[in-house]
Amino acid sequence: MLLRHTPKEVAERSALTINPAKTCQPVGAMYAALGVHKCLPHSHGSQGCCAYHRSALTRHYKDPIMATTSSFTEGASVFGGQANILEAIQNIFNLYDPDIIAVHTTCLSEVIGDDLTQILNKAAVDGKIPANKKVIHANTPSFKGSHVTGYSSMVSSFVQHFSENTGKKLKQINLVPSFIEPSDMSEIKHLADSMGVKYVMLPDTSDVVNGPMDGKFRMYPKGGTTLDQIRSMGDSMRSIALGRVGSLAAAKLLDTKCKVPYDVFDLPIGLKATDDFVDAMRKAAGVSVPESLMLERGQYLDVMIDMNQYASGKKVSLVGDPDILIGMAAFCAENDMKVLHVVSGTAPGPKFERRIKELCGDGVVVKTGPQADMFYFHQLIKSERPDLVFGNTYCKYICRDEDIPLIRVGFPIYDRIGHSYFPVTGYRGGLRLLERVLDAVMDRQDRDALEEKFELVM
Amino acid sequence: MVEILEERARQVFEKGKDGYAIECGKTSAAGSVSQRACVFCGSRVVLYPIADALHLIHGPIGCAAYTWDIRGSMSSGPELHRMSFSTDLGENEVIYGGEKKLYAALCELIDHYEPKAAFVYSTCIVGLIGDDVGAVCARVSREKGIPVLPVNSEGFKGTKKDGYRAACEAVFKLTGKDDETPVSRLSINILGDFNLAGETWIIKDYYRRMGIEVVSCITGDGRVGEIARSHRAALNVVQCSGSMTYLAKMMKEAYGIPFMRVSYFGIEDMSKALYDVAEHFGDAETLERTRELVYGEVNALLPELAAIKADLDGKKAAIYVGGSFKSFALVKALRHIGMRTVVVGSQTGTPEDYEYLKEITDEGTVICDDTNPLELSRFIMEKGADLLIGGVKERPIAYKMGIAFCDHNHERKEALAGFSGMLNFAREVRASVMSPVWKFSPARIAAQSAAKGGQT
Repeated sequence: MLLRHTPKEVAERSALTINPAKTCQPVGAMYAALGVHKCLPHSHGSQGCCAYHRSALTRHYKDPIMATTSSFTEGASVFGGQANILEAIQNIFNLYDPDIIAVHTTCLSEVIGDDLTQILNKAAVDGKIPANKKVIHANTPSFKGSHVTGYSSMVSSFVQHFSENTGKKLKQINLVPSFIEPSDMSEIKHLADSMGVKYVMLPDTSDVVNGPMDGKFRMYPKGGTTLDQIRSMGDSMRSIALGRVGSLAAAKLLDTKCKVPYDVFDLPIGLKATDDFVDAMRKAAGVSVPESLMLERGQYLDVMIDMNQYASGKKVSLVGDPDILIGMAAFCAENDMKVLHVVSGTAPGPKFERRIKELCGDGVVVKTGPQADMFYFHQLIKSERPDLVFGNTYCKYICRDEDIPLIRVGFPIYDRIGHSYFPVTGYRGGLRLLERVLDAVMDRQDRDALEEKFELVM
Repeated sequence: MVEILEERARQVFEKGKDGYAIECGKTSAAGSVSQRACVFCGSRVVLYPIADALHLIHGPIGCAAYTWDIRGSMSSGPELHRMSFSTDLGENEVIYGGEKKLYAALCELIDHYEPKAAFVYSTCIVGLIGDDVGAVCARVSREKGIPVLPVNSEGFKGTKKDGYRAACEAVFKLTGKDDETPVSRLSINILGDFNLAGETWIIKDYYRRMGIEVVSCITGDGRVGEIARSHRAALNVVQCSGSMTYLAKMMKEAYGIPFMRVSYFGIEDMSKALYDVAEHFGDAETLERTRELVYGEVNALLPELAAIKADLDGKKAAIYVGGSFKSFALVKALRHIGMRTVVVGSQTGTPEDYEYLKEITDEGTVICDDTNPLELSRFIMEKGADLLIGGVKERPIAYKMGIAFCDHNHERKEALAGFSGMLNFAREVRASVMSPVWKFSPARIAAQSAAKGGQT
């Protein structure tokens, strides 16, 4: 009983997070920057930050994660980190030759008060940035927001620095996904490709953090949105933001900066949300939905109906990041599963709770922000026991102690590999997610059934 | 040779080619993809295994999130160390200070979990926002009646090594508290083993069989109560010299306890460690028991090692680890299984360490301090290594290049220390190097077809 100390009764805590259900902004910024081709994420802070983020992402993706650091020392904390970042820029271009350095700040550099806009402008004026090379930054202090907001800030920063309205309208749409897996980014592209939609997706970590083994170590894998593509986003017809918390800021910026209108949708998780996304693309690009997608949709719906008796009425508790939680809640509600609890360390604003209640009814317990941690989530589970938990790897402590099956979704997942390759988005992702849920529920039923009730045909 | 940053030129050395002393102990060049971490990381990994203490991380959430149970330091009892506690500082505290929050968090935690002691780790911004962590700790300690120890581990205040030192300073304050519990004349403290995959238990068992009492393990499977009486042990036996030598020196000065440096990896080092300890006590019976133990253990593993050596003979290895002391043992251990070390480096080696590495390695071996993935991958390719030994960030580099890997860091799954650990190590290396998956590795296929082309 690893969590033997967790009491059932919830006592108000004033100052304390126990077993967090979030992590800090910079890791999200690093992940977003990896989704741009030949871009090297750079951490402006102590070495440890960069090492921790790289380790976290490496454990999650089991792929090399490259990023550099300003290597702050005591001197930098007194005199500011300007000298460090200038030296870093020079070293990075000399040695690693990226097209773009995407700098994100840390709690340390923010508290010191480094003004990166000014420092980087000066570097450009002084000729410290080679021609055709770019250095951008995003402010991601660890004492604000979470990894999801850090991701959002970095995506916005790419738009801010590169997207231009040249006055020439391109027949393409922008797709801006929230913090999701490379497999999900691929699936969203698959939906768009199937419909023949021309699009730019920013960021795109597929083929970067789930790259193939080809016998070489590459600093810059094949994937990622290109700089030219990001530039062209300012000339697109429309932006579709998927997942409000992680994607809205960039879509909004494309509107205010480049006059590209946007729609914001839930992540395409489950049938209805995928339908909505497909329909939005159909309208925005003026295309029709092809047979191949109708087949994918039909198959998913077929399984939903075939197996509904096993999913129906199952109670679930969800923990993770807001956009994915909305997707999971929608998926569960569609399959007649009852969502008991929704917890996120990220504070997503009042719209989030309203949306969850729209999907799951008023009975669901929603808690976000400070003290919405795994300890609290565990207490909720102790007070009303679910049949399934949806969440990241850290849920395994709770699930082991309480003997409840875990559906791994979100970040981080350190102990399974599926998330890199198999999506939860789209019709095919819905089918796969449903399969995983049914496997968990039915394995449990098989394990626990009385001998006379042990069924061959299910 | 591989392209290297100018300011790093003397941190890389090829034996038989270069003549200079290797530079080390430098902070990493800004802008490098350093594999190193920070002061906080050093303190956290060293103190973390003390299982009945509370470990509270004072700072924004990240530092607590990334160090939550990532190291397999096993406990035979309490598991409090596997939880993640943070004051989760927000913008408000950055402006107005975090002392109130720290005080409240400590009180809530101590009331709820009733730990034997508490460590409070300072992260980067704590010093900058001006929190007097020491004063808060002293107050809570008075009110709750347990030691509450500040760990001065602000990330930017040096390297990981400085974090070890801050950890030693904190844990030292737990020593010298228990003068009652009887302690044997033949007694030691094990310093610098963290019980990864249960390694402390293996080593402890050897000492038990030798007739030597282990008073405390600092910090593997550590307990506050044991550390309280550690000052009465007759000898400190220090492993992983990077992290705990400082504590051994403090204990020598304060309590007059002599110390010796040992390594528990590989047959020679393991045997030597036990003999050195036995000889220190100069007790004939202990020495005899030690001989029997070593003889029995070594004989038990030699036949299987010979079989493994037959499979691995002539294969080449690259090593990149945190502390260089470990790399010495690995170079020797690899020889036992027929493998030659062609690249060896560490994050925190000293000049003496690197001189010693020069002595024990073969001509042509690349020795590097604080390397980065680009350099490392090129050394591996240039030297044709079949295996990389490293930690979490090195693993995918090896796999993408199509070579075998052995985790000798936090994520080891089998005990690698002790005699049985040598066998586990050899088995793991063989399993990875000889795996049929490499048949499908593009690099291997290319190399093989090139070799075939040369023959015909």
